[in-house]
This record gives sequence, structure tokens and C-alpha cells, in this order.
Amino acid sequence: MTNTHGSHTGHDHSHADFQPDIKEPKEDWEFLEITLRELLVDKGILSAREIQDEIEAWEKKSPEKGAEIVARAWADEDFKARLLEDANQTIRDFGIEVDVLKMVALENTSDLHHVVVCTLCSCYPRPILGVPPLWYKSKQYRSRVVREPRAVLNEFGTSLTKDTEVRVVDSTADCRYLVIPVRPSGTENMTEQELAKLVTRDSMIGTAQALDPLGLRS
Amino acid sequence: MNNRLISDIGGLPEGPLDLSEHEPTMTERRIDAMMMLLRAKPRSFWASDENRRTIESLEPDTYKKSEYYERWVLAMKDLLIEKGILTDAEIESKLIEVRSRMETS
Repeated sequence: MTNTHGSHTGHDHSHADFQPDIKEPKEDWEFLEITLRELLVDKGILSAREIQDEIEAWEKKSPEKGAEIVARAWADEDFKARLLEDANQTIRDFGIEVDVLKMVALENTSDLHHVVVCTLCSCYPRPILGVPPLWYKSKQYRSRVVREPRAVLNEFGTSLTKDTEVRVVDSTADCRYLVIPVRPSGTENMTEQELAKLVTRDSMIGTAQALDPLGLRS
Repeated sequence: MNNRLISDIGGLPEGPLDLSEHEPTMTERRIDAMMMLLRAKPRSFWASDENRRTIESLEPDTYKKSEYYERWVLAMKDLLIEKGILTDAEIESKLIEVRSRMETS
């Protein structure tokens, strides 16, 4: 750092030039967040520690949970049958708490492709897929996927043959969906752990297929 | 079909998707965390469909112009008042305090 400023030796720049690592709030709603949080903490309704713990817990919820479930379903026909029959109980047996949500698993095949949306807001199976991607919450996806799913899937680079029926399912506050993508060919000898790596988030929403055995898009 | 709710946009014409991923900001993470804590056990102050109802009841202009988590925090404020957990007056006076503190620091 010594000579990077040439003849600059004094401390003549303002501290305001320093870029903070975390952006300072400037929007009304960012001030509102601070306000509500401080009031809730002051009144003992929430604690600062709990909020931090919840943020950490959120970061741990990832599509990997869903991928493990799908890999098990690919590897174990009985498990898949139970998952399709009673997703809540089967996911709970798998060790994941889905709380009050009704979970429904949908199997994609070469003849039938499911894709999930929440047209009214952003309902998403968070316990198994984590936080929804930005596009899932966008008005473009919510508006269009129910009217022109094939065009939307094409924008994801996912093209289906004409013979494949496309079924779009709309989530609600109480009911969430998990898509079981088609098991890629050439994966017959793979372990469950290896299979799970092929199951992407988007393939469990239905906007993509699973990856090929090399972990690539075929 | 002219009396759709502001959030009822399924089937309407729209432009191309933006597929970029977004790393949530700390403000967004905290709003999300608080919302989950307030509606989950043991507090259960409200259910997730009440979140949606509150977001849908925002002024249409506010709904259209606001960011995703901006809607959430506005809905959270309305729900906290509706459920008698906080009052409008205490939120307004705290907001003034927070603003003056943050803007002078």
C-alpha cells in the first residue's frame, strides 16, 4: 500500500470515501425493518440471538435436502411409491420436518412433465429446497408459465418433445410440490450419493431436467 | 376478469424471464427470519396465508413499485398492528428515532 498513491502522504481524503462492507440502509423499508426489529427485541417478543440463529438455519436449508430425497426415490422403488402416496410422512421419515405444509411429490416421465409455480405469490417447499430463486418470485414467471409453459421452459434451455404432456401445478400457502425429475440414462450403477449430485434445484421445480451422469447438461 | 386482485397475475402477458441469481442482503435475511419466527411455533401470531392476504391488501401502487421483501416488511408491520403486538404510534415514533440516528452517524 505504501506507494500506490504516489506523492500522497497526508490523510487528506474524507472518511466518507471509505466503502462500507455492508450497505447502509437508505430506503424507507430498510429503516422500517430496523424499527420493527428493535421494537420486537426491546419488548422481549424476539431476541437478537434468535434472529441470527434463524438466518443461519435458513442458510442451511438448501436444495441438497430435496436432492437426497429424489436420489432415494430413484434408487428405491418402494420409497418412491411411498413418497408419491404420502409425501409428508415419507419426508418426515427421511428426517426433515415440513411442519404444517401439505407436501405433494410429482413424478416426471418421458410422457408427462410437471412444472411448479405460485401464481399468487412465492409459495415454495422451503424445508427441502431452501429459499426460492428470484425468477420463481418474478411476475414474468408467475404470469407466463401457466399460459405458455413450453416457451418459458425454452428460456431455461429445457425443450420437451411435442409428445410430452406438460402439467403446470400452482402452489398455495398450504400445499407445496416437489418434482421428481426423470432419472437420467447411464446412471444404473451410481450410488445414491452420486445420484443426488445430478439433481438440481431447477429440476425439482420442473424448469430443468436432471444432469447427465457426468454432472453436465446433455 | 377486470376485478383481479393485484397479485392475481397468472396468465397475463409478460416479458422474458431474468434468470440471474440473487444473494439476499442482510436486511432481506432479517425480514425473512423475523417473519418465520413470528408465525412459527411457539408464537404463531399469524398463519402464512395471512401474510399473503396482507400483501394482497397493500395499495396497488405500493405493490407494483415495491421490492419483494419490501412487501414483506410492510405486511409484517400491518400484521403486528392488527394482532395488537405493536401500535402504529410506537412504530412511527421509533422510525423517527432510527432515521435520525442512522442519518447522523
